[in-house]
Amino acid sequence: MTLAEILTSLFPDGHEVRVADGLISGHGPFGDGTLAVIGVDGNTPLGIEGACALAGHVLAVVRAGGDTPILVLVDSDSQRMSRRDELLGLNEYLAHLAKVLLLADAGGHPTVGLVYGHTAAGAFIATALATRVLAALPGAHPSVMDLPSVARVTKLPLETLQEMAKSTSVFAPGLDNMVQAGAVHAVLDPAQPLAPQIARLIAETPPGDGRDVLGRDRGGRQQAHAVAARVMREAAGH
Amino acid sequence: MDLKPVSLSADPQVQSWYEASARARLAGLLDAGSFAEFIGPEQRVMSPHLPLFDLPRAFDDGMVVGRGALDGRPILAAAQEGRFMGGAFGEIHGAKLVGLLRAALAETPAAVLILFDTGGVRLQEANAGETAIAEIMRAIAQVRAAGIPVIGLIGGRAGCYGGGGLIAGTCARLVVSEGGRISVSGPEVIETNRGAEEFDSRDRALVWRTMGGKHRRLLGGADAFVDDTIAAFRAAALAQIDRAPAFDLATLEAEQARLEARLDRFGDTRDATEIWGRLGINDPAAVPGLTTRDFDAVLAGLPEAPHDAR
Repeated sequence: MTLAEILTSLFPDGHEVRVADGLISGHGPFGDGTLAVIGVDGNTPLGIEGACALAGHVLAVVRAGGDTPILVLVDSDSQRMSRRDELLGLNEYLAHLAKVLLLADAGGHPTVGLVYGHTAAGAFIATALATRVLAALPGAHPSVMDLPSVARVTKLPLETLQEMAKSTSVFAPGLDNMVQAGAVHAVLDPAQPLAPQIARLIAETPPGDGRDVLGRDRGGRQQAHAVAARVMREAAGH
Repeated sequence: MDLKPVSLSADPQVQSWYEASARARLAGLLDAGSFAEFIGPEQRVMSPHLPLFDLPRAFDDGMVVGRGALDGRPILAAAQEGRFMGGAFGEIHGAKLVGLLRAALAETPAAVLILFDTGGVRLQEANAGETAIAEIMRAIAQVRAAGIPVIGLIGGRAGCYGGGGLIAGTCARLVVSEGGRISVSGPEVIETNRGAEEFDSRDRALVWRTMGGKHRRLLGGADAFVDDTIAAFRAAALAQIDRAPAFDLATLEAEQARLEARLDRFGDTRDATEIWGRLGINDPAAVPGLTTRDFDAVLAGLPEAPHDAR
């Protein structure tokens, strides 16, 4: 789905969501209230200005009080890779965006991510992965790094990686693999109205972090939950 | 920075943090003999994925977690071993830190210390590593919201890159040494994607002044700059525990203002030396060569202290 189609499906009666420089912000009517929207469109890399602007929108929602949910729509590139972004502290800007989303969620503004295109690496962590519940649309393509880049770093032939990717989900890019890892909670049905699907996700997902349990149950991260639980048991002296 | 070899020593006063292993850092950082590891290497909880790539495994997957004491105060601590897979986050590596942070909510230590030494996500198990980083950041937010400071210590050979840089940005306080580079995209990654004209990764002086500890401290991206000794990190970690900001709207509003002001003030600069000059440093070119003592004197003499809401 395109962003315009998503917004029409979400807000059949109209909305105040705008896109500027690849950054999405605004709101629309949602149930008896409002749904705040931020995000990245058009495969745009997320740099220091973008992260800062999006964080400002989230803080405005928190400052206004109430329980307005926040939807994070994502079709981004990775983080913007440049000398200037790193010089000025990109890690702080991306972490700040993630933190304000985590603060909003903890403060009664449920956060929902929706990946409808690409996203990768640091941009993925700072946006979609910082929400309480992450959904995707069919055709979305979240990843950590594309296989040619993985081949360069690991010094393995691309053909070998492509063959391994067919049977091994843990390193392979793509939506199915992120679902198996538990990073993506649900894949929405584009043929049905999105608003009730989003509302159901918010209603059915408790605030805790259940991603490691999802990863175990889906087979993409079979040990993470057990290892974390074991550390907690040893810390408690059992 | 001066990278001359430092001989290994049992004395934390002189032992280089950069050269030490993760376990040696913890042993010297915490009160003598106080560290007790969770899921120690004898349990051999190792990566289930690396054998697929014919890569060797480590008995601790490059992450050491446990409890200890710092000047008598109970703390939980995690240390990455940068010499194993570049300290990268894999499934087990990440889950151990997730578990430690979740344990902190129940154990309520005086602080959680994270000794970063990482290149970011371990690509051989990328999806597990990436998701673990998101879980770690969510858990840090919860731990901080519960009033427990999470302090990052950065001075290892792998630096603090990729998702490690984002986790560091989630901590309440950061202590860095000269070797403590903090960044998202590493020099080689930028050069590979954008060319050597954008970033020449072989220009080590450029790397240090763009991503290194002094620049991060001057810019407000870290809260203390220390000598490369375990004793210096210990003293700084102790000092930062009681200075950790709350995780609330006021702190993040202040951070928003801090980061917006940085864009306004330095957004048109090309090099760190321009930023240092605008901060009021008379001889920016001399900064990389300053000793810690002289650097602290320069910091103290600036018109305004680095902003520190995070």
